[in-house]
Amino acid sequence: MIIDHPLLGPRDSAEFTYMGDARLIERPSPDSPDAAAAFYDYAYLRDNPAGWHRELWFHEAGDRSWLVVTRNTVTHEISKVEFASDVARAKGRSK
Amino acid sequence: MHDLIPTPALGVATQTIGTITIAENAGVALASVAARNGQTDICADVLKSILGAVPDVGKAVLHDPEAGFWMAAGQWMIGAPMDTHEDLADLLKAKLGDAASVTEQSGGWVVFDVTGAAMPDLCEILCNVPIRKMAAGDVQRTVIHQLGCFVIRRAADDHIRILGPRASAGSLLHALITAATAVA
Repeated sequence: MIIDHPLLGPRDSAEFTYMGDARLIERPSPDSPDAAAAFYDYAYLRDNPAGWHRELWFHEAGDRSWLVVTRNTVTHEISKVEFASDVARAKGRSK
Repeated sequence: MHDLIPTPALGVATQTIGTITIAENAGVALASVAARNGQTDICADVLKSILGAVPDVGKAVLHDPEAGFWMAAGQWMIGAPMDTHEDLADLLKAKLGDAASVTEQSGGWVVFDVTGAAMPDLCEILCNVPIRKMAAGDVQRTVIHQLGCFVIRRAADDHIRILGPRASAGSLLHALITAATAVA
């Protein structure tokens, strides 16, 4: 599997480490009234789709960047690779 | 005061196996520069004044006496001769101020210079870099025998410089010798 890194270009997936579902970026607020339920969901409940899935990958043997990779779990086709920092900022996180 | 000499990671003699020469280079002082949040442009200006140009993505600027290469977005490794720039991190910090975090790296890395006609063959055995497509000044971080290393294609066509973790210098040298023997 080849991951097309936004800066470095196509790189072998062996250089990367899978770090989980990209929904981990959306950490719930600990101050909200339903925080306990939200954190239960955040920590334990995962979709396991046969198809397109947004995933976090860490470029361990490269520039150490975190990426959000949109990957088809059935075909291993990768349709989109973004920096996780850009994705988080687009959601209003981290000034 | 004792007249102390800094010790290299291994202190091994240069070895020639077939056409390949493997030399530990203890003469490189290293320091990393990581731009602080929003300060990348200021760092780039300072680096340009030191190196003559800012190392682009996956590139090195092979400049004298200071040279540098890109490590990640907003992060660079700067190298210079140990004889004249042993305090490289302090020199950089004085110029960069609060725009960047500067960390001394000389004690973290071992530097090997690998030269010879069969160098690309050795490189293909060792790591996942497109060595035959790389031009002078191309840099890639990769894994050699489970060790995270930087591979720098130097000015000469048959010369790569490998920066690896100093604490595993012996393992890295073993990997280099094994590969050199295999392609000899």
